[in-house]
Amino acid sequence: MAGSGKAHLRPEGDALVSVEDLVVEYPVAGGNTVKAVSGISFDIKRGETLGLVGESGCGKSTTGRALIQLPSPTSGAVRYNLVDLTKLSAEAMRRRRTDLQMIFQDPISSLNPRREVGEIVAEPLSVWGPKNKEKQKVLVDEMLNAVGIDPDVARNKRPHEFSGGQCQRISIARSLVLEPEVLICDEPVSALDVSVQAQILNLLEDLKKKYNLTLIFIAHDLAVVKNISDRVAVMYLGKICEVAGSDELYENPAHPYTQLLLDSSPEPDPTVVLDRSDTSSGELPSPINPPSGCRFRTRCPLADDICSSQEPQMQEVGQNHFVACHHPLIKVAEAPAADPAWTEA
Amino acid sequence: MNASVTVNSAEASANTNGASLLQVSDLHTSFSVQAGEVKAVRGVSFSLDQGKTLGVVGESGSGKTVLARSIMRLNLGDNVNTSGSAVFEGKELLASTMSEMQTLWGNEVAMVFQDPMTSLNPLVKVGRQVTEHVRHHLGASKAEAKALAIDLLKEVRIPEPESRLNAYPHELSGGMRQRICIAIALACEPTLLFADEPTTALDVTVQHQILNLLNREQQERHMAMILITHDLGVVAGRTDEIMVMYAGNVVEQAPTAALFADMQHPYTEALLRSIPRTTQRSHTRLAAIAGRPPDLIDPPSGCAFSPRCPYVQPKCREETPPLQATDNSGHKSACWFPVGTPENKEAFEKNLAARLPQTMSVAEGAMVNTEMLQEKVATQEERN
Repeated sequence: MAGSGKAHLRPEGDALVSVEDLVVEYPVAGGNTVKAVSGISFDIKRGETLGLVGESGCGKSTTGRALIQLPSPTSGAVRYNLVDLTKLSAEAMRRRRTDLQMIFQDPISSLNPRREVGEIVAEPLSVWGPKNKEKQKVLVDEMLNAVGIDPDVARNKRPHEFSGGQCQRISIARSLVLEPEVLICDEPVSALDVSVQAQILNLLEDLKKKYNLTLIFIAHDLAVVKNISDRVAVMYLGKICEVAGSDELYENPAHPYTQLLLDSSPEPDPTVVLDRSDTSSGELPSPINPPSGCRFRTRCPLADDICSSQEPQMQEVGQNHFVACHHPLIKVAEAPAADPAWTEA
Repeated sequence: MNASVTVNSAEASANTNGASLLQVSDLHTSFSVQAGEVKAVRGVSFSLDQGKTLGVVGESGSGKTVLARSIMRLNLGDNVNTSGSAVFEGKELLASTMSEMQTLWGNEVAMVFQDPMTSLNPLVKVGRQVTEHVRHHLGASKAEAKALAIDLLKEVRIPEPESRLNAYPHELSGGMRQRICIAIALACEPTLLFADEPTTALDVTVQHQILNLLNREQQERHMAMILITHDLGVVAGRTDEIMVMYAGNVVEQAPTAALFADMQHPYTEALLRSIPRTTQRSHTRLAAIAGRPPDLIDPPSGCAFSPRCPYVQPKCREETPPLQATDNSGHKSACWFPVGTPENKEAFEKNLAARLPQTMSVAEGAMVNTEMLQEKVATQEERN
């Protein structure tokens, strides 16, 4: 994987958010650069949920943050409603961010411990909403109710008086109080117990319907991503390997990396036969000096010469199913017109 | 450590006759805090044979970590009260002095912790950390210890072990650090290994490797292992027996295959149902468990799960169900209306008629999913 190309992008105008050739690099000591995200492209339709899945260090959180220009990407375009956010001035971007909100992994540390819940949820309104305290209170109460928190009980309490799941609900209320179009969820359930995780996932589905949200859901747990997403993009070391509808991706994984992730995902079923190998070859290479060609080749069982010399390009292997691999696990059904990378493979 | 420990000596002596490696009976642990007494473990009994793996499963706050630490005598502080009995190789651990425990720790019983970063000393090179206790317990020389360390790192599949001995923990990835922690735990060839959420902080691919590593070591060394986790997916297929804990009690205990094939406790059922699976269609409505785990300072009377249980009946709120065997396969559960029985079905229908919120949400969840499924089938048929 770890390929480039834009075959998976849909016609312009269909997408609410579209990202092209996004590159995010950070300078580090010794004059090196961490190549966190290396030229990825994807798009999201209005009302769609896109799942971004991959191991730690694959650049999925960086991608989420680059969308709202925190920080701005090194290069590439992030279009929201056809406006390129990377070209906006800081002030114009600040105004635009009301449409793009974010929730984070650790619900407790993302709330200010010294503020009351009512103030926390009202803060976005104090910046952009009605300044009238009474009007704010109505909106805050409505939002707290929507996320399943009783406003009369919670309003004057501080975050430490709530459990992790409740704090995540409060974070969601804060992010939705300005009625954004897009909600970026960065590992919102990975710090929670399974039972609470299910509550939050159900809540996000309900709120998405109620407020017509478009979600970007970033997580490392494949089962969670499948549950909530319409479309899933699998990332590896700053590149996208595979993009497909979520049911299609899990039924017919085309990229060896997707297959590896699926095989590693623990199923609560003792009759599933486990692959018992325990070699440590499964380490992510350094993003400072990523492998040439396909970035996954150092861990890929199918890798050969072409994988190290040539970067695979995105190609269609099924209906709305794209993969960047020289040796995809499913063969192209109706072969698309000669793609140089493909014919050589 | 000034923790108060009360040992039930009659039971302790009775247990020494058993052949089990570890025999725990009626273990209670509580912490005195300003607000009252937090009863974290409330009467847990189990036994573990040499070479077997026991999975302990439950949500945060169910008492699984406190249970392990009580057996290991690692709960420090003067506000800890432990009572009951934990007999390891014929020796009552709860009656042992701290210096007796020191000869056991690392040597006979060892533990792998959740967070591999904080359980290693950031200022000490990995090589010394792996063999510190080997030199202490076995009196090995520096050269012997180094050779052993290299062997251990090879065994836990760390590439280039010679050069890694001189690395500091921060120079290694999370998975590598957990491999080091496992090497430390295995160094003195313990007969019992506690693994407390060993993979919760790791990626799925690394989690898979670490669990495989633990399994292989456990089998090769014929070591007993207690694997503590909140994820039923981690213990399925990797343990001989599973113990499900809720609010400090064991609610169900069974051989792994039997537990998954025939869940009896509503909590186990709810826990399994709330896990999203890759085999489910996307957007399947998850069956979340309503409510929250109970307050352990003042636990509810009767069954602790009753406030959240979709099958709850008046009896459940009054009488605590005992953990009892339901057949002769060793499957035990603590429920008045076990899942799969006619009584359970009747209780569910009664609650449905009474529109009990948690019962309604289970029923609605099932309905939404059937509707979704039907819709999908319908659209597929249309396409065809």
